[in-house]
Amino acid sequence: MHELAITEGVVDAVTGRLPGARITCVRLEIGALSGVVPDSVRFCFDLVTEGTDLQGARLEISEPPGRCKCRVCGDEFAPDGPILLCPCGSADVAVLAGHDLKITSVMVA
Amino acid sequence: MCGTCGCSGGAVVQLLAAGHEHRRSHQHGTKGHGHDQDHGDGDGPGHDDAGHLHIQGPAADERTVILQQKVLAKNDEIAQRSREWLRNRGVLAVNLMSSPGAGKTLLLERTARELAGKLRLSVIEGDQETTLDARRIQAAGAAVVQINTGAGCHLDAAMVAEGLRVLDPPGGSIVMIENVGNLVCPALFDLGEEAKVVISSVTEGADKPVKYPNMFRQADIVLLNKIDLLPYVDFDTKSHAADLRKVSPRAMMLQLSATTGQGVQGWYDWLRRRTPAPHE
Repeated sequence: MHELAITEGVVDAVTGRLPGARITCVRLEIGALSGVVPDSVRFCFDLVTEGTDLQGARLEISEPPGRCKCRVCGDEFAPDGPILLCPCGSADVAVLAGHDLKITSVMVA
Repeated sequence: MCGTCGCSGGAVVQLLAAGHEHRRSHQHGTKGHGHDQDHGDGDGPGHDDAGHLHIQGPAADERTVILQQKVLAKNDEIAQRSREWLRNRGVLAVNLMSSPGAGKTLLLERTARELAGKLRLSVIEGDQETTLDARRIQAAGAAVVQINTGAGCHLDAAMVAEGLRVLDPPGGSIVMIENVGNLVCPALFDLGEEAKVVISSVTEGADKPVKYPNMFRQADIVLLNKIDLLPYVDFDTKSHAADLRKVSPRAMMLQLSATTGQGVQGWYDWLRRRTPAPHE
């Protein structure tokens, strides 16, 4: 359940960048290939933000899909699940999108 | 680690070396975020990071502040500092990951015994609780630091940075970082290591690589352990290799038995090739 530590990292990052600000909304990007489960982050968010400047803040999560490029045939494709297999059969692929895990913005009251 | 939320503020780092022990509890900057009424290990949301964005004047309307910041930026920054520190010292750090019971500690015991006098080796042991593994490594003759993560399911870069500071490894040596037994969470956290080693074993399902692709995808080398048990278990080494190739076409694969020593020479050769020469 690394989402607990991840969510805690969100709180630390936001309060570190905006000390003392009352945060009313946190917007996260959790890519489909990031290895993090958005629902688990939602589950942890209220617990972890309690008593912090983020308490009561809304959580908005965007979930961009994965995008890969095959190093063998050169095609770009959308992976089907976490196993990054090109339709040509090759597993030698580069991830172009969907692996990010970031705080895009926050709203401050 | 805090038992309420899993934060890494309260991890305990203990050095077991040369017949005496230091026990130190430490804080590494992720302490306290508002539940200290529960267990008193934090002092509120205190943060000392540089680069604050100060909000000027009284808060007026709600407004958006763009951050575009990686959630694990702090972890990755600490990991990168450790990596540079290790490189400057000429120390090879290796992150060993597997499910619980795959044989990480036994392999480290054998490695420490058999490389004694040839390669300097020290170990950072990560477990939720106990110093049992650290004592085994200590008995095998290597300096070892135990990190107990409490509720935590993985080591993070701050814990390892503290472990490295306590361990103080000499140039030309190897630091083995034995992560918490878990094929999910440790995959996300860069520790500052030079290489990632994933251990599978024949008493597990051969399909582990495709079930835990995030872990196996990052492996520089996959060790298939317990091959002495192959005659007694239903494990298809070919399908394991094929599944591994589906998620990690580049990882090196080795088969060995930490119990009998079969195949371990390949592992030692791999380590030797990567270990920097001691600085003059």
